[in-house]
Amino acid sequence: MADFLLEIGLEEVPARMIAGAEAELGRRVKDLLTRERLLSTEAKLTTYSTPRRLAVLAAGVLTSQEDTEEKLTGPSWKIAFKDGAPTAAAVAFARKAGVEVSALEKVATAKGEYVGATVKRAGRATAELLAAELPREVLSLYWAKNMYWRAGKPERFVRPVRWVVALLDAAIVPLEIAGIRAGNASRGHRVLHGETPVVVDAAKSYTDTLRAGKVVVDVAERRQSIRKALDKATRTVPGARWREDAALVETVVHLTEWPTVILGDFESEYLALPEEVLVTVMRDHQKYFAVEGADGKLAPHFLAVLNTEADEEGAAIIRHGNAGVLRSRFKDAQFFWNFDQKTPLVDRVESLKAVTFQKELGSYYWKTEQDLAVAGKLAATVKAACVAFDEAALRKAVELAKTDLTAELVKEFTELQGIIGGLYARAQGLGETVAKAIYDQYTPASTEDAIPQTVEGQLLGLADRIQTITAMFGIGAAPTGSKDPFALRRAANAVVKIVAESGLPLTIGDVITATGPSTPEQAETFLFLAERIGFYLKDVRGFAYDVVNAVMAAGYDDVRDAIARAEALTNVRDSEDFLAISAAFKRIKNIVRQAEEKGEVFSVTWKDGKFYGELVQPEEKALIKAFDEVEGKVSELRAKRDYRAALETVATLRPAVDAFFEKVMVMSPDPELRKARLGMIRQVREGLAGIADFSEIVTG
Amino acid sequence: MPSTPVASSLSSSALTFQELLFRLQNFWAERGCVLQQPYDVEVGAGTMAPETFLRVLGPKPYRVGYAQPSRRPADGRYGENPKRLFKHTQFQLILKPPPVNVQELYLESLEAIGIDLGKHDLKFEEDNWEWPAGGAWGVGWQVMLDGLEITQFTYFQQCGGMDLDPICAELTYGLERIAAFLQDVDSIYDIVWARDLETGAAVTYGEVRLAEELQFSVYNFEVADVAKLWEHFNLYEAEAKTLIDQADALLHSETAGAAEKKRFPLLATYELALKCSNLFNLLDARGAISVTERVGVIGRIRALTVGVAKAYALQQSETASSSLTA
Repeated sequence: MADFLLEIGLEEVPARMIAGAEAELGRRVKDLLTRERLLSTEAKLTTYSTPRRLAVLAAGVLTSQEDTEEKLTGPSWKIAFKDGAPTAAAVAFARKAGVEVSALEKVATAKGEYVGATVKRAGRATAELLAAELPREVLSLYWAKNMYWRAGKPERFVRPVRWVVALLDAAIVPLEIAGIRAGNASRGHRVLHGETPVVVDAAKSYTDTLRAGKVVVDVAERRQSIRKALDKATRTVPGARWREDAALVETVVHLTEWPTVILGDFESEYLALPEEVLVTVMRDHQKYFAVEGADGKLAPHFLAVLNTEADEEGAAIIRHGNAGVLRSRFKDAQFFWNFDQKTPLVDRVESLKAVTFQKELGSYYWKTEQDLAVAGKLAATVKAACVAFDEAALRKAVELAKTDLTAELVKEFTELQGIIGGLYARAQGLGETVAKAIYDQYTPASTEDAIPQTVEGQLLGLADRIQTITAMFGIGAAPTGSKDPFALRRAANAVVKIVAESGLPLTIGDVITATGPSTPEQAETFLFLAERIGFYLKDVRGFAYDVVNAVMAAGYDDVRDAIARAEALTNVRDSEDFLAISAAFKRIKNIVRQAEEKGEVFSVTWKDGKFYGELVQPEEKALIKAFDEVEGKVSELRAKRDYRAALETVATLRPAVDAFFEKVMVMSPDPELRKARLGMIRQVREGLAGIADFSEIVTG
Repeated sequence: MPSTPVASSLSSSALTFQELLFRLQNFWAERGCVLQQPYDVEVGAGTMAPETFLRVLGPKPYRVGYAQPSRRPADGRYGENPKRLFKHTQFQLILKPPPVNVQELYLESLEAIGIDLGKHDLKFEEDNWEWPAGGAWGVGWQVMLDGLEITQFTYFQQCGGMDLDPICAELTYGLERIAAFLQDVDSIYDIVWARDLETGAAVTYGEVRLAEELQFSVYNFEVADVAKLWEHFNLYEAEAKTLIDQADALLHSETAGAAEKKRFPLLATYELALKCSNLFNLLDARGAISVTERVGVIGRIRALTVGVAKAYALQQSETASSSLTA
């Protein structure tokens, strides 16, 4: 048993790609060792990474495969041996099996006696096997963007491979990756250790050896040490806290081999800039953490995660340098902010004519005109339902929503579009309602994100997105498969989320028809949104897929109603009676479908009395009666949207349904009776399918 | 800003702007680089000079370094913004093919200009580069020193729409930024460009360049005649196109001899394409190019640069192989 270490030394890998590559390398090594029967039962595999390396340490690896024995069966004994002498058939079989003729055995089988051979295969040595197989695995790693680097060589990788360490305990595994022969020499931190090789004596001492070379190879350890160091540095400011930012922590974890943290300051005059701008500069442009005071407001400090460990003089220099860069970025932002105020948003509408929304559709001026029309229709629907909101403010917000695209500050910080528009609207005295609606127009940006807080913001967000979706569908730019270059799925997810969570009296149909007279694109959009509603119910609200299918089969135009039905169905689905009903309805669906496939013609309008008299057995008459009562109650409860009680009422049908299926044969030889029964059971199922199609519920 | 102890300890021994350039030039000359002079046609970046754009094509190894004044008319700020310039200076380096220790050499070059890496924080952060109008792109990093981007480090993968083999490493040092950092000055215009060794008197960056920033900002934003710029653009483009067509016919001809192919003036044709690129930038600064037009004009420039690059690659391979057989 041995430990196997593989370390691939690289030039700095992009931070965003490291975690995925580390996991994939671990998986590939594990799969290879498993496939080749090299993992012992107590084997343990650990992966490591830094910007300059990906590594796998597998403890409990066999040093060679076990020898194997295989029994082969050949021709029948009679054919292989004539008078005790081997025939050509015996010789051929022996050659094929790789054994001497004298080693052939007699095997008794049910069909008679046959020639057998025992083939022994010596297991291959692990080192040899890894040398042959591992390079291909490494070079197959997926990278979002890769490069060529060796002249005339076809291999592509994220960055050039500069060294490889491959050890089976202390022995070098003689493999070669992209022209680099594996050895036992790794490298330490560029500056803190320098260029002297870091020799790894044995696979198992990998992490300690690298630590001595000023490299922490364990990602979790770096993450923890960064968090601790952030805490510690922040404690030097009384009452302060650093702004939690898990994504930024991950980024800096993958930018460092030996992380430390410094706290720096900036002039408090910059706190006059909006917090959004300050945080974006710090986080997105400088990868600094923001610091807030006890009051939750930004404090004039920043935290930078360094990839070094400086002495006091060095720390002062580094702090000074970082603060200088931050100051000049803030100064820029301040300049742009002041510059932009010279042209208020209301004077920027015309200039949207020069900003392309989509080449085949038009400019953002065109887009704004369209959005105004859509928002107007939505507003009318909402107003008709007596929802109070400021219609003039909505109009103003839609009109100005895109004007910040012409602002210098947005050109500098594109991720702040909308937000900056909202801040400018507030600063320019356009009123809080207008400002808030513009500010929130791009929320929710993801399914976890909250929807706009105000009715005006919600309507603006809906109008903007549904206009984009239908217009894009109109020019054939609908998403296909994994391709969604205009992020229309995200836009549709936001539409669903706003409709579902806002309380606005709008159905999906209302939202779509607000884009204008009916077009084929609207029908397409409806189906596209149906898919997104399914996604929302399953992935955002966490309903089981069968519940979602059952509920959506009964309609989804009213999203909140679909949610209420899904909640009710989730509550009752596991009751014994309900499961029985679901199973029975599935049975009905199948019987009806099969009958239809055979060309049976039957009506569901049994209630007009036509089939009533045809039914002869008490169980079927009882079922009708029970259904009649249940349907009446269910309709009432449904009208009151008391879905839970409605579904519980449906469940009371169980005894009648059970008795029916126990005693009655639907497919009676008498055609009239058959028709009557088919019609009846279909009516039972369909008459109660208004809340959900229970036959979709998985009962097994 | 009050001078802190840190600031003075940094700046006292800091290199002047021109010393910074000397050091870099010396460093790379000692490592086998040809030192070239700045290219004497307007370019937006060192990459566009033929010493990069054309030399990276084909198989022939090459190492070259040069300072390249790079013009970006829209970035001009009349000399009023302490961090933004119409024309900044890049020290551009091409290592074809890249040596295996190219990153280590780069770090040594930082030590050579007085940066003690033990007292700074250095990171290589992903930053890929592309120049769509030149059909060129590569992957690489922005090198961050104490939070400041001081170098763009790119492994060129494609140029003129062609895969490169071998690839090359391109290092672009932003000299004004590095000098301001080393001298710890807030404004680029306060950088000491040269210092009289006897008197200690300093000549600042502002004294050398401020007038140019002001006057070119005025010209680029206010004065340049848009109709004339378009006229120039069309004239240069037409001549370049004619020459590219001729080159194409000649280089694909089986009757034309190697000598005839070799003397075809593709280098001059490339200058015409560069002229178009600069005129585009001027038109852009004048606000004369609408968003919708933009893509189209970039496409026209790309047709020229890619046309020259393809012809140049062909000219090199044709004349190289025929000189072997001659």
